[in-house]
Amino acid sequence: MSAMRSAERVHKAVGASLFWRAMWARAYPRLIGTQREMGWLLSETILPLLGTCGFVFVYKATGAPQEFIGFAVMGGVATAFWLNILWSMASQLYWDKDGGNLELYIISPAPLMSILLGMAIGGFVMAAVRGFSILIIASLLFQVGYQVSNLPLMLLIFFFTMAGLYGLGMMMASVYLAAGREAWHLSNALQEPIYLTSGMYFPVKALGAAVATIASALPLTLGLDGIRQLIFTTQTDIGFLAPEIELLLLIGLTVIFLSAARYSLRKLEEIGRREGRLIERRK
Amino acid sequence: MDSAPAIKTENLGRIYKIRGPKKKGDQKELIALKDVTLEVPRGQLFGLLGPNGAGKTTLIKILCTLLLPTSGTAFVDGLNVATQSQDVRRQISMVSGGETSGFGLLTVEENLWMFARFYGLDNAVAKRRIAEMLEILGISDRARAKISDLSTGLRQKMNFVRGFLTDPNVVFLDEPTLGLDVTAARDVRTFVKQWMQDHPDRTLLLTTHYMAEADELCDRLAIIDKGQVLKDDTPTNLKHGLQQNAIFNLKVQPIGKKPQDNGRIEDVPGVQTVAVRDHAEFSEINLTLQDENVLPAVLTHLGGRGSSLIALEKHEPTLEDVFINLVGRRLDQDTHGQENGASE
Repeated sequence: MSAMRSAERVHKAVGASLFWRAMWARAYPRLIGTQREMGWLLSETILPLLGTCGFVFVYKATGAPQEFIGFAVMGGVATAFWLNILWSMASQLYWDKDGGNLELYIISPAPLMSILLGMAIGGFVMAAVRGFSILIIASLLFQVGYQVSNLPLMLLIFFFTMAGLYGLGMMMASVYLAAGREAWHLSNALQEPIYLTSGMYFPVKALGAAVATIASALPLTLGLDGIRQLIFTTQTDIGFLAPEIELLLLIGLTVIFLSAARYSLRKLEEIGRREGRLIERRK
Repeated sequence: MDSAPAIKTENLGRIYKIRGPKKKGDQKELIALKDVTLEVPRGQLFGLLGPNGAGKTTLIKILCTLLLPTSGTAFVDGLNVATQSQDVRRQISMVSGGETSGFGLLTVEENLWMFARFYGLDNAVAKRRIAEMLEILGISDRARAKISDLSTGLRQKMNFVRGFLTDPNVVFLDEPTLGLDVTAARDVRTFVKQWMQDHPDRTLLLTTHYMAEADELCDRLAIIDKGQVLKDDTPTNLKHGLQQNAIFNLKVQPIGKKPQDNGRIEDVPGVQTVAVRDHAEFSEINLTLQDENVLPAVLTHLGGRGSSLIALEKHEPTLEDVFINLVGRRLDQDTHGQENGASE
């Protein structure tokens, strides 16, 4: 074995620079994974599209206006993001513990928030590719037209819906890790009820003010409602709240979920180190 | 900081609370570490030798800031692992045997790059060091292979690159050759020795239950069992302590039942330690005797139990003998800690 040439001390970034590097490093497997594993095309685009088709045909059969078909298509797009939150954000730290990565994240000097943000960025890109694939295919298939009345507001609502949603996912990652093996059941339990209560395939207003208010704790509910109001302008009176108010609420939710994620990560590390939950004890 | 020992523990203890299968309140306590006091100077390759369940991994996890001690204090590079964990993490790295970390869809160099960035390495520096270290470990031809396609040995070599890539002051190797074939294990040991030679100011703590590995690599060794450090010295000194004794390996026909009185081999005057391993056709006995004149009495005792001698070998003390002498059993007999403070 040859002698080592790298005996010199290596410069290591700290602070914001370390945070930035670690964040993009953790995002990398997800960014590259979209290109390397094309199996997702079937499971995460075609299958949600089939679910969307079900609603589209119900709307068609009942003679609902063409915009209602658009509501269902938007729901299909939202499904891609929600599945990503449940299975690639919330459960990820639990899987990372299982695979031995969590220990390495923790003993590295990189802040855990940078790792989770990296997962979120990578996850968002993955889900966005799937979501927009569904949007394009379904829109062409069912000839859905969109008329954006306020593009900047719509983009802001989209941005904060995603920021809030991934903040929620980051917070859930710590909770799932603490929950241990129950994590799987939590994801299963949350999947279908959220489809219903957040109004994925129909305006949430139809569920009544009380349910819509509770469901608004999920950024997806407010985001979908706001965006639908801004791109299906011919349908009046479909919104639960005015889009401007929904934007403000989404900003609030983003701050709450990101702060909660930061707090729960710190708590998780503290409790995990005390109780030995961060490590896999080998036999 | 530079004058501080690389690793220092004082009365370090760790108790795990294990939840019972039924009730939440049905908790048991497992003492994994008890009053461990150690000091490892800089530049030393320090070994922790003990059976499975002895507390080696728990000690490493505490030093790596993954676990908090229940009692006592621990310092790495002069920094308290409980209160200065973030600073400790800049100075250390860890490689465990049988590790499956990383992402299967990434290539070897991509995985290594990712971990290098978690330590804040520049892009160019990370790539240069990855190429250099893959070359040293003889796996540069697999740099672009997906890690899901690597064999256990190649994957562990990659883990080694990850552990040393980030230029740590203190490296923790937890059973690093576990599950490796002879060639891969030898390569890994050669790499470790070379790294220590090239970096005389760095420190390496290695846990193992392979005697030969500990003997070959370590400047100093602590023998650990049931969470306690029994002895801490150089391998030579540890063995030297047994040199006045006579050490035999006996292969005998299966030993019969113990007679009622003075039935154990240990009861033969002059016998210091005995470790027996039963096989289907014969029994293997490791004996430490006061001197070789005790041997006939042992053979007579065995004969009395219907067991005659098949083969006999006298040898120089090994670390295994040291272990048996200290613990009273062979290293390949596992420990599972102490429950509720009572020894197994």
